[in-house]
Amino acid sequence: MTEKPAIKVEKLVKRFGANTVLSGIDLVVPRGQVTCLIGPSGSGKSTLLRCIAFLEEANEGLIEINGEPLGFTSGEYGERNRLPAAQIQKVRSHIGMVFQQFNLWPHMTALGNVAEALVTVRGMPRKAAEERAMAQLSNVGLSARAGHYPSELSGGQQQRVAIARALALDPDIMLFDEPTSSLDPELTGEVLNVMRELAQSGMTMLVVTHEIGFAASVGSKIVFLDHGEKIVEGRPDEVFGKPRHERIDQFLDTYLDRGAATLL
Amino acid sequence: MSWKLFWLLVEASRLTIILSAVSISLGFVLASLVCAAVMSGNRAARAAGRLFVSFFRGTPLLVQLLLIYYLLPQIGLNVPSEVAAIVGMSLCTAAYQAEILRGGFVSVPRGLIEAANMCGFSPAATFRRIRLPIAVQLTIPALTSEAIMMLKSSSLVSVVGVIELTRMAQDLAASTYRPLELYAAAGFVYLVINIVVAGLGLGLEKRMSWGRL
Repeated sequence: MTEKPAIKVEKLVKRFGANTVLSGIDLVVPRGQVTCLIGPSGSGKSTLLRCIAFLEEANEGLIEINGEPLGFTSGEYGERNRLPAAQIQKVRSHIGMVFQQFNLWPHMTALGNVAEALVTVRGMPRKAAEERAMAQLSNVGLSARAGHYPSELSGGQQQRVAIARALALDPDIMLFDEPTSSLDPELTGEVLNVMRELAQSGMTMLVVTHEIGFAASVGSKIVFLDHGEKIVEGRPDEVFGKPRHERIDQFLDTYLDRGAATLL
Repeated sequence: MSWKLFWLLVEASRLTIILSAVSISLGFVLASLVCAAVMSGNRAARAAGRLFVSFFRGTPLLVQLLLIYYLLPQIGLNVPSEVAAIVGMSLCTAAYQAEILRGGFVSVPRGLIEAANMCGFSPAATFRRIRLPIAVQLTIPALTSEAIMMLKSSSLVSVVGVIELTRMAQDLAASTYRPLELYAAAGFVYLVINIVVAGLGLGLEKRMSWGRL
């Protein structure tokens, strides 16, 4: 298993009706590194992440998590066979996900949000689950807020609780779907710091982000998508350094103020 | 108006409260089933649920009560008129409550269900731990209104011979020739009961409030 990549995506196609959102994406996410998906809005990066999380089912192509097929396998004649639900759940249990809108359960406290799946899914006794949840909350600097409901927390705190909730289940791959896009600029930093620490601990991370600075400094690999296609992929210095791909230039010009683009 | 007359109204209101409470509770159980049917993947169940809702929401409760009252003996069930009243009221409120519940379920943000899904929740666990508590919290104000509506609609069961609050006021008005005072007093008793119900609803809402979604 060690030589297999954490995530391997082959010729992934996703259509919504007549609209092709992903047109044959290949992607390898190496273990223990941070891979960042960037690109303009509507480029398909969030859809790709959601396909890897199996929240969306791709129309064509295959996904492997730690070398195990997710959702579908390729049959003898190249046809796709759907795997049983239990098998899908088993493979997905390696994945933790953090959403743009946090998606904390509003009727549970921060502690309850983190402990819930440990009790409901893993069958841990409530007390042990809460102890573990408390440890996770203190890892993201929120042990003092354990008893607060999501509505009583700032956006940045909510997102850190969401990260703790995903980590409590001990995933070996973490997916982040624009984790700071709905945060005020001054709250973005605290979430990025938690993510930076997580990256340093050796977690395999796949991050959809508009934070180019974060991608350039923390990412080992940058993948640039546009119109459902992979345009460029490589180390940050290869992708952002000059000479730069024309589309990246356009993207940086349009999506960042010019000052930030020249800093890279 | 003498206290004796007023006391008769209060006594009659006991039946109003019992009929309403039983119907609203039975209606809630039935509504949960109807809501589940309407939201299920099974086409036959969905069609049956929709038919139930459109019939009991689309015809007057008065007509439903009369129908049930005359229908039950036809199929060999000789039940007291109180039972016919409860059956009619339960069926009617179930249709409304089912729609209220459905509205609550469709208002649960999809992202919350996706988060449960990513944490490995089974569909049943997602329902029990996430969708149900949120839907119930969202629907408490509407369910409280429905309970108040039913309490008031219970005055209709006098047509099948149940002597509840309105019917008692009617009878007393006829025998004492003091309709104005008696109907005013009956209205006052309804008002007091409903203020209590509204207060209970508000209390429940407060207890379950954990802020906005």
